[in-house]
Amino acid sequence: MRRFVAGRLAQAAIVVFLVTTVTFILVHLAPGDPIAMGLDRPGVSEAVRQHWREDFGLDRPLVEQYLRWLSNAARGDLGWSFSFHQPVRDVIVDALPRTLLLVGLAMMLSFALGIVVAVLQTERPGGRRDRWFGRILLLLYSVPDFWLALVVLLMFAYRLPLFPTSGIVDPLMHDYMSFSGRLLDRLRHLVLPVSTLTLLATAAISRHQRSALLEVMPSDWMRTAIAKGVSQRQAVRRHALRNALLPSITLAGLYLPALAAGALFVEKVFSWPGMGLLAADAIAARDYMLITASVLVTSVAVAIGALLADVAAAVADPRIRVR
Amino acid sequence: MDVDLSEPLAVFIAPRRMLARLLRDSRTRIAIVVLAIVALSAVFAPLLAPYDPTAQLDIVRLQSQPPSLAHPLGTDPYSRDVLSRLLYGSRISLAVGLGAVLLAMSFGIAVGAVAGFIGGAVDAVLMRFVDAALSIPRLLVLIMVASLWGSLGLVPLTLLMAGTGWFAVSRLVRAETLALREREFIVAARALGASPLRILVRHVLPNVAAPALVAATLGIANVILLEAGLSYLGIGVRPPTASWGAIIQDGAERVSDLWWLTLFPGLAILVTVFACNALGDALRDAFDPRQLPRGTDSNFLKEA
Repeated sequence: MRRFVAGRLAQAAIVVFLVTTVTFILVHLAPGDPIAMGLDRPGVSEAVRQHWREDFGLDRPLVEQYLRWLSNAARGDLGWSFSFHQPVRDVIVDALPRTLLLVGLAMMLSFALGIVVAVLQTERPGGRRDRWFGRILLLLYSVPDFWLALVVLLMFAYRLPLFPTSGIVDPLMHDYMSFSGRLLDRLRHLVLPVSTLTLLATAAISRHQRSALLEVMPSDWMRTAIAKGVSQRQAVRRHALRNALLPSITLAGLYLPALAAGALFVEKVFSWPGMGLLAADAIAARDYMLITASVLVTSVAVAIGALLADVAAAVADPRIRVR
Repeated sequence: MDVDLSEPLAVFIAPRRMLARLLRDSRTRIAIVVLAIVALSAVFAPLLAPYDPTAQLDIVRLQSQPPSLAHPLGTDPYSRDVLSRLLYGSRISLAVGLGAVLLAMSFGIAVGAVAGFIGGAVDAVLMRFVDAALSIPRLLVLIMVASLWGSLGLVPLTLLMAGTGWFAVSRLVRAETLALREREFIVAARALGASPLRILVRHVLPNVAAPALVAATLGIANVILLEAGLSYLGIGVRPPTASWGAIIQDGAERVSDLWWLTLFPGLAILVTVFACNALGDALRDAFDPRQLPRGTDSNFLKEA
């Protein structure tokens, strides 16, 4: 187990290294430098820009800049956000937990939902229910993330004003609410973004879970179960599902990049002030240090998530540790 | 000798039977019809579109008009005709989707086949890199490049999509190549003195074609979604070029008033991507003999 975790840690380290390096290279290949872009407005003289360049070490050799960037990033110094007038780190520290809440909730709900749907489908593989669920899931799987979010927003916040359109709390009334009122307010703001993200993730998870279930169907132990008189439904629920659940843990790790992408669009549409909205706003404001940092932090978070998922899979299934 | 069922079996099915199976699948037929319509509207956009897709017709009277007889899908805040933009937008989606996937496939297949065939250190290094690259969210890389360079032209955007899209294919092809390498017919070819290049081109590549085709079809769907997403964020193809995501972006600030700017391009993306995914699913089922025949009921288990 220790060897497995060590190996997997090394792999995560490679990912983080690759992300930081690629980020550095991209920023330096891009036309202009971060200072010219951040201060790209009239009224800033060339002398001031030059002064900034020296302050940020942009006149130094590339290798030195690269090492400095690595050590800064490792210490959590991610630069200065021109649009927030704050250190990038402070902006991200505020936003990251909100995204983790959104993604975490959606992940749990979509796994629960996805597994239930897959079980319902495989009770009669190829049957009418299987086919209809299959079509609906494929449709959900094909819908653009941001468009589904926009349609949900339009339907359940504007046409039927059941839920708030944006944010995490009511901007005016939240501070005057009782404790339970505040809790309810937060929950009401969570409903639409979490549901949208859950629907998007369920499509992918359920499709994988269905094929994992079908994979174990022809096993000898399934035939034994059927032969000794266990009903179809019971055989799927009690025997097939347990064996088909293991790949799902790994899937959770593999699906994280897509979930991060989905969260970006969902946050943008519902103005949920997490990492995704931060990135989208940074793009609109052309705040390059913030864009780079949010891409970096999200990638590292995804790498850590995938690492945890793999370790969890190894804990659940000892065979993985040996491989 | 036992037949190992874990190995890819596509080789054993005759292409003609595969095609027959594919065409019997209702998903294939739906996908072909939809994709034909999209392709035709892309090719004949100049003939079909009632207006110039970038012309601002009348900024005072035709600004953000709901659907009407003159403008069946309405107009946008710049008084441009949405139907015309939608028709021209299909060109962007298809061009980027097809171009990027074609490039990514060629590169991914080459890398995967070489890694699987040579093995050793080359394989280890390449696959470690691919593993790492696969765990970075593709959208984030695209966002960073697109925003650092400003809006991209069609060709750079296609190259960017291709450059970030070949990892999964190369891994798939590598796995297939590894499995094939030990098979009798490859060993026989080697024993007969065929050069590695000949074995690769004549014997390995035809056998990875099936899974690669499935991956390509699903890949096109993915690229269309990504392009739409980038355009929605305002960093896709350079404005005022019409693209489906860009039309939605134009109405995104006032979704509840300008619903036609969200609804129609969104449906266009959905239907096109759905067709690609359905075709990919149908292809996968047709190539995979282990898959259930369609319409199999619960008796399947008792027979299995």
